[in-house]
Amino acid sequence: MNDLLRYVPVFAEGLWGTVRIAVVCLCASLPLGLIIGMGRYSRSWYWAIPTRVYVEVFRNTPVLVLIMWFFFAFPTIAPFDVDAYTAATLALTLNSSAFFAEVFRAGIQSIGRGQWDAARALGMSYRWQMQRVILPQAIKRMIPAITNRWIELFKLTSLASVIAYQDLIHTAKLISSAYFNPVQTFTIAALIYFAMIYPMVRMLYFIEAKLKRGD
Amino acid sequence: MEDAINIVKLHKSFGPLEVLKGINLNVQRGETVVILGASGSGKSTLLRCINFLEIPTAGRIYLKGKLIGTPVNNEPDGGLLQYRDKELQAVRTSVGMVFQHFNLFPHMTALQNVMEGQVTVLKRSKAEAAERGRNLLAKVGLAEKADEYPARLSGGQQQRVAIARALAMDPDVMLFDEVTSALDPELVGEVLRVMRALRDDGMTMVIVTHELGFAYHVADRVIFLNQGEIYEAGPPSEVLGRPQREKTIQFLNGHNQFRLP
Amino acid sequence: MNYVWEFSAIERYQHLLVEGLANTLQLTVLAYMLGLPIGIALALGRLSRHRIVSVVVGFVIDFFRCTPSLVQLFWFFFALPRIIGVRLSPFEASLICLTILSSAFVAEIFRGGIASIERGQWEGARALGMGYRQMMIRIILPQAVKRMIPVFLERAIELLKTSTIAAAISYPDLLFQANEISHRTYRPLEVFTTVALIFLLVVTIGSQLTRMLERRLARSGESTAH
Repeated sequence: MNDLLRYVPVFAEGLWGTVRIAVVCLCASLPLGLIIGMGRYSRSWYWAIPTRVYVEVFRNTPVLVLIMWFFFAFPTIAPFDVDAYTAATLALTLNSSAFFAEVFRAGIQSIGRGQWDAARALGMSYRWQMQRVILPQAIKRMIPAITNRWIELFKLTSLASVIAYQDLIHTAKLISSAYFNPVQTFTIAALIYFAMIYPMVRMLYFIEAKLKRGD
Repeated sequence: MEDAINIVKLHKSFGPLEVLKGINLNVQRGETVVILGASGSGKSTLLRCINFLEIPTAGRIYLKGKLIGTPVNNEPDGGLLQYRDKELQAVRTSVGMVFQHFNLFPHMTALQNVMEGQVTVLKRSKAEAAERGRNLLAKVGLAEKADEYPARLSGGQQQRVAIARALAMDPDVMLFDEVTSALDPELVGEVLRVMRALRDDGMTMVIVTHELGFAYHVADRVIFLNQGEIYEAGPPSEVLGRPQREKTIQFLNGHNQFRLP
Repeated sequence: MNYVWEFSAIERYQHLLVEGLANTLQLTVLAYMLGLPIGIALALGRLSRHRIVSVVVGFVIDFFRCTPSLVQLFWFFFALPRIIGVRLSPFEASLICLTILSSAFVAEIFRGGIASIERGQWEGARALGMGYRQMMIRIILPQAVKRMIPVFLERAIELLKTSTIAAAISYPDLLFQANEISHRTYRPLEVFTTVALIFLLVVTIGSQLTRMLERRLARSGESTAH
């Protein structure tokens, strides 16, 4: 047990790496996803087609493949240095923004025509219809899906360890190979993840139940 | 001869909300009772207690004179009752119910819907169930729709299939829970005609409806529920024609000018 | 940007890519097939009327849901052999990890499918005097399974995507082969782009199929009019 206490600062550093990349990717991919999602909903083809391609490409390519591509392939053409953090952040952001875009699109689509008609009948412009009438209703319905994607994103950050980004798993791997104690380290890593994610999942259940009642 | 249904001091609460506050009601064999009341008066809940889709909080229900449920601790009267699944399933077999939203099984044809309970619950042979099913579909005027799926039928037709499905179990009592409320106005008549024919055959029926004209002409007795209690009851000519109490009059005034013949 | 793309280097290693894709598919399909019965058992356990069974099963599902697959994979590959004293091959460890994932998928699909059936269907069956088993087998499952089919496919695709983590413990799947070829040819851009496109193609075909199936099922759908 004393042995394990020694690793606390190291694990803390790894945990910080995980949380940092998860939060950065969330903050980047939510607005990006909203823009792409609105584009998907747009009636003009020069918005609709590129955004559709974006969604299909980044949603359908496995995240680990994206991460490896940005880490190994991208630097040959990138005009800047690409370290593990940059590569993983780019890959995770593109991937989860594509998912968020679909969440936003589905949420907007779930609002009945009647709401658009009613807003239009009041003489609102498209922007106002969207901002004042559609989005406020749609976002409420999207909350479970967004929470769910956030949980997924948090778990997906673990893939960054494959390109030696200093996250929780990478830390566990380092400790385990230095001290030959994989059972303890990987169990601890799993438990830390569980402790982080379980409250989010409970919250998701809670939100889902609450929205169901409110409908 | 004992009554078809005796309901004694029936209470039903959902959490803190008391929906039925001590209902006493007897229904004779062959009688048609129509329950009226504003929404939230507890009329659907009362109906759903009769076939135990809702378990009563307190009170007794007798079907053909037989108490449903077993008293806990051998308390003779008013004590708690225990309900066993098997017993309730048997009750539901002998009490047919038709719902507002039909609740037909969408993955089965009209005939299969009518056969389902006969085969799985009553253990009739397929041939027997099919024959009985076809007869009943003919009776509700849908002989030629036997092999259609519910999605291809109109609301009125679906509801008639649902009636046939309930009748196929040879129930002692039929319960109708706002069966025309989800229908387009022009489809209401065909369903009401089937129900009227059932009364003429001597079926015991308890009906929750908003069709006052139908109640006036078909009911033997009308019960007006208000806030979980029986507020006024009697023959339709009296309750609907010369209502005595304030809430009944109010309720009928809301409907009168449109619906009463 | 005047990078000269050079794909000829990869052509020599085509066989490795084919092999890798075959390994990827093999792992995915096997894990899904193993996950199917386990997942159904989990779903039934969770629906069980014995509270202890349902709570325990629910917690097990939650536990695996709340840890990344990669951490589970490392645990099975690096830690489990220490406990049981048997070395696991990358394939075996990946198979265990992905089977757990797929059985969780299957359990969730079953739960969701059953929950998606309207209350009226239960009531209609109950009013006929049916027991729980009869309602489930005759009324609920036949409708629920139909709604589950597209989701099954969707999750299979998800599983395929997740299977790439096996490369992290040197299982020679498509992604791992890409890494190998890239080392040998010094052409990471071409190699990884090619492999990404292969994955994209496979997954896109899969998800288009799912959508087609979904539309077809929806068209043939016999839902009660409300």
